Amino acid sequence: MTTIIIIVVIVLIGLYVMSQYNGMIKLRNWVQESWHQIDVQLQRRHDLIPNLVNTVKGYATHEQETLEKVIQARNQLVEGTPQERIEADNQIQETLRSIFALSESYPDLKANENFLKLQDELTETENKVAYSRQLYNKTVADYNIKRETFPTNIIANMFGFKREEMLEAPEESREAPTVSF
Amino acid sequence: MLYKQIQDNKRKTILLVTLFVSLTLAIGWAVGYAFSESSISGMVITAIILVVYIPMTYMSASSQVLKMSGAKEADRNEHAQLYAIVEELSLVSRVPMPKVYIIDDPALNAFATGIKPEKGAVAFTTGLLETLNREELSGVVAHELAHIRNYDIRLMTICIALVGVIILIADVGTRFFFFGGNRRGGGGKRGGNPIIMIVAILLIILAPMAAQFTRLAVSRNREYLADATAVEFTRNPEGLVRALRKISGDTRDVKKAQESTASMYISRPLKKKKKNRNNMWSTHPPIEDRIKRLQEM
Repeated sequence: MTTIIIIVVIVLIGLYVMSQYNGMIKLRNWVQESWHQIDVQLQRRHDLIPNLVNTVKGYATHEQETLEKVIQARNQLVEGTPQERIEADNQIQETLRSIFALSESYPDLKANENFLKLQDELTETENKVAYSRQLYNKTVADYNIKRETFPTNIIANMFGFKREEMLEAPEESREAPTVSF
Repeated sequence: MLYKQIQDNKRKTILLVTLFVSLTLAIGWAVGYAFSESSISGMVITAIILVVYIPMTYMSASSQVLKMSGAKEADRNEHAQLYAIVEELSLVSRVPMPKVYIIDDPALNAFATGIKPEKGAVAFTTGLLETLNREELSGVVAHELAHIRNYDIRLMTICIALVGVIILIADVGTRFFFFGGNRRGGGGKRGGNPIIMIVAILLIILAPMAAQFTRLAVSRNREYLADATAVEFTRNPEGLVRALRKISGDTRDVKKAQESTASMYISRPLKKKKKNRNNMWSTHPPIEDRIKRLQEM
């Protein structure tokens, strides 16, 4: 009788460990997948920026400096750690806002359909970056909570699940951008 | 506050569904007890009917809804903003991009369907798209995606099936009552306890009504949950609050809305018909209550 009870208990513990382990694997994959969502959007922005610059170049001849800056900065979107890339994206977004604002002083640019389309697409990708970042941080939080709370922390330590870091939003991105020419 | 609301809602749903299944089994027992030799067989037969009936409703339900509502798939270029919003929010809600439909109707409303998130679809009336700004529309889209992510369509389909089964069995019971089942026809071979008998008959009479109440209670509960989940996605309760205000100012009915699909709309699609009905008979909680809860988040 006692052996049966011991076996049952061991089997139950085994099943529990298995389900919690699988749960952690799922969360860890979700963390990667949600990072991938951000990655896709940053890549897209990286590809769109040269098109925007080429379109604007013809109209805004006095703004070469700003345009050069954004072309150079855009490589940081696809290089470096997640946090670096997100920070680069925040800076680029501010430069982009000032480029979009150029259309106010260049009426021809404002009428350019290509420019408007690129502006829409870049704004859209920026929204998606924001939403994917929100999802990423939530997923990381869920994962870390599970990793650190009892009793799943025992399983996490046993199988070497590492802590994931959230993406921090820099303070200035919450304020309204200052546009200067 | 937000996560607490979500937790509360989930607990209530579990409670209501448990109550619902018990009610269904209880009426099976009652019919068995009142009109046949054994009450157990009544319960067993009810359980079997449930097992067969639920998957049947399940399969036929979602494909019909879109057709009946007169929705057409939205053109990607014409409704670029709507597509952009749905894409953003399905990203954050981690559901596959649903199909987007438009209902040509001046009333302000929207609904979601799809038993599984993979088969999800969201539909919006033209009136809604014309009236709401981007922020407000995001709130509505998030609410619909919340229905998909929370598996509300599946839950409501099961509830409707349960109501169907209860009505069916109550109907069988009533027929026995008039035409005589084994126990009555047998001339009181085995009389049974009169008090339990009265309970059984009361159950047969009242169960269909109780079932409707439960279904509607589940539905209202899931509306609150979808509102809370929507805010989890957009992080902007104000958008949804303003959308709900605009929607509540509109008293037109959605022309092709069906009674059975009413719980999937963002606000009651059939307002005129039961304007004065009280809260207990509604698929949706009063908009003022929803706004109040949203503002507390």
